[in-house]
Amino acid sequence: MTLPLVLEVLIQGMLTGLIYGLMALGLSVIFGVVRVVNFAHGEFAVVGMYGAFILFTTLKIDPFIAMAPLAALFFVVGYGLQRSLVVHFIRRPDHEQFILLVGLAIVMVNGLLMIFGPDARHVDLPYSYDSWMLGPVLVDKVRAYAALAALGVAGALFAFFRYTQTGLAIRACADNLTGAAVVGLDIDKLYALTFGIGLACVGAAGALLVSIADVTPMLAPAFTLLAFTIVIIGGLGSMGGALLGGLVIGVAEALASIIIAPSMKTMVSFGLLVVILALRPQGLMGKRAA
Amino acid sequence: MRREHFLLGLLAAVLLALPLALDRYQTSVLVLVFLAAYMGQAWNVMMGFAGLLSLGHALYLGLGAYVSAALFVHFGLSPLLGLFVAVLICVGVAMAIGALSFQFRIEGVYFALLTIAFAEVARIGFDHLKWTGGAGGFFLSVAGSQGQWWNLRGGPLFFYYVSLAMAAAAFALCVALRRSKLGYQWLAVREDAEAARAVGIDVTRARMSAVVVSAAMSALGGVAHVFYYNNVFSAQIFDMSRSIDIMLAPIIGGIGTLFGPILGAFILIPLGEALIHATQALGINAPGAKAVFFGLALMIIIFLAPSGIWPSLRKRLGIGEGKP
Amino acid sequence: MSLLRVERVTKRFRGLVAVDAVSLEVEKGAIFAVIGPNGAGKTTLFNLIAGVYPCDDGAVYFDGARIDGMAPEAVCALGLARTFQIVRPFPGLTVHENVAIGAMLRQPKPQAAFAEAEEVLRKLDLWDRRAQTAASLTLPDRKRLEVARALATRPGLLLLDEVMAGLRPTETDRMVEILRMINREEGVTIVLIEHVMRAVMALAEQVHVLNHGASIAEGSPREVTRHPQVIASYLGAEALG
Repeated sequence: MTLPLVLEVLIQGMLTGLIYGLMALGLSVIFGVVRVVNFAHGEFAVVGMYGAFILFTTLKIDPFIAMAPLAALFFVVGYGLQRSLVVHFIRRPDHEQFILLVGLAIVMVNGLLMIFGPDARHVDLPYSYDSWMLGPVLVDKVRAYAALAALGVAGALFAFFRYTQTGLAIRACADNLTGAAVVGLDIDKLYALTFGIGLACVGAAGALLVSIADVTPMLAPAFTLLAFTIVIIGGLGSMGGALLGGLVIGVAEALASIIIAPSMKTMVSFGLLVVILALRPQGLMGKRAA
Repeated sequence: MRREHFLLGLLAAVLLALPLALDRYQTSVLVLVFLAAYMGQAWNVMMGFAGLLSLGHALYLGLGAYVSAALFVHFGLSPLLGLFVAVLICVGVAMAIGALSFQFRIEGVYFALLTIAFAEVARIGFDHLKWTGGAGGFFLSVAGSQGQWWNLRGGPLFFYYVSLAMAAAAFALCVALRRSKLGYQWLAVREDAEAARAVGIDVTRARMSAVVVSAAMSALGGVAHVFYYNNVFSAQIFDMSRSIDIMLAPIIGGIGTLFGPILGAFILIPLGEALIHATQALGINAPGAKAVFFGLALMIIIFLAPSGIWPSLRKRLGIGEGKP
Repeated sequence: MSLLRVERVTKRFRGLVAVDAVSLEVEKGAIFAVIGPNGAGKTTLFNLIAGVYPCDDGAVYFDGARIDGMAPEAVCALGLARTFQIVRPFPGLTVHENVAIGAMLRQPKPQAAFAEAEEVLRKLDLWDRRAQTAASLTLPDRKRLEVARALATRPGLLLLDEVMAGLRPTETDRMVEILRMINREEGVTIVLIEHVMRAVMALAEQVHVLNHGASIAEGSPREVTRHPQVIASYLGAEALG
């Protein structure tokens, strides 16, 4: 194993990890505010991938452009989902929320199977195989663009939560729900916005993912687990943690595929997960609950 | 005689005599019902009684299947002996997961995720284990061993009675546990662990015992599974969808109830079979349609009747449950 | 010898001293009250005694044995039972089951535990409610259930955290009567945190006053209500009428 190869794999892992991070960010935002674990998260990511795939094959829309309308559509879906369905489960026990979303995940993944079948589909961009040579190290262009786009979306989200009135109101809900209700914030609406934002992240991430990987319905449960692993490693509810977790997992899985075997990479993530749960259950960037 | 005893006796008599009236296919559907009722009860011990949500119960099913099958294929060990090894290994794994979780206070969502993670690790691990066939699956030979009941070799009728006995034994065990001191401790821990501590209950011990009982029961389910199907594939048996299948019957029937998992299995399995036939006739992707339907059923049940069907049905029948 | 001895226990939360070198002794058979304004550290003191938190400093002895650092379930098994300020019944279980689970600590046979629970429930006027789920009870009934469940563990000492709060005067009087009966007839030592002064005056033989985590006075109810520091910090002029 040569140094350039290792560097190449490292960079590739970091770039992929940022996209994973964006996907996980959606999960983290929803959990951090609404306190509901979106167990259909990976399913939404895969729907986003298929959405971008359809837009590309029918209308020749580049996934990097399709990202915007998809995110908007996913926002609307998330908003509606929270308002119509999840809102009834906010005060119910964990396992009931879980089962509701597991049910949704089953419907989605099997719906996709019925529509698209089990075969892998992929998007052939004109620049799919372009790359840069940084000295001896090869970097995929598409992957780099996708990672940049993921960073851009994440940056916009950070700004939203930091500088806008609505963003601050949502953060107030997350910090102190009773307080937020007392000062007259419309909690139901803010929750719905948050769910929408969470799904917009995952929709955008889906569009980016299809530019670098084939899509099949069976990716969905794996992505759900991946998003969970990332978020728990980074710290459930922490936005920066989701990106950091994505980087960690991206790099760990990339290294595992060259050092051990590609099929064993998930084991490495779960190994990391167990270690983190045992040693630092609040995650790398999470706050410890009292 | 109390009403529930009469109804239960009636059900047992009907089920014992039923194969006389069934064809081979119908018998095999009921085997699936009994196995689902059995596994549902095993899961229910953890979630329904002790409040521990396991989303990775396929782990124990798969381990039980692989261990007993490997001992039989490689060493000729009868599954009636191999099941002890399978139970032992599953209990060991369950205790390790339990110790990790309870020591580090991994609870709720985190615990559920950890159970999935271990099932996934097992899936990938067995995919690579050549000793049990790897990703290509592990097969028991069918030829020449028919009728060796001591090796659990037999057709649908044989497994009809094996699985019926298992489901009935699990029911008897759950009734006894539910009425025992340990059973009440589980309920207390499920309802409020902090308050349970305050009345002198060792919460970690109670949780650990629920995990152990549930894992041991599931291991036996795995043994029956592999000897009934004569094969096991790591990609299927450890899959998350398998874990979800295990949860379906108790959720629909009623989490934490004694009869709920059984009722749920009697509703779900025949319904699934009927759906497959209907959709096949219509030329639709049948397994997909069945799964979509189950997913919707899950959402509707948890939305409208989160405590399942059995509690309301039970009231209508005038049957009490769980009183000593 | 005293049944409960708390020696200079201290607890800090992130630098804030919640309980500051508090010492007290409770004689066997006594009814002992801990009072003080909100945030004085009363509930934290109970949690230290009951083993919910470890002490940062100091020691707790129950019946001669050191119990600080022990788990709550072990403390309970030794005969020191507690109630929670914000009641924590097992909400989905019936009243009878709630109390029977308490009784199972000493009586491992469920059937016998249910029989024992019946006695306790009758004593606390809850027998008529036995088949209801705890979640469906009114607040006064839930407070009584909390006491019943603790009592069912057959404790030598009961720690009661504001069991009168939110009760109407007639209900308070009934609770006082019940507690006195438990104390006299069964010899259960009682330590209570209480805001309802009328209950404290009626019940307690000895009162310990906390303010900002520290002890400021101890004595008979009469003595402490006359103590100038207590008046200043807690009772205020109007409370003394």
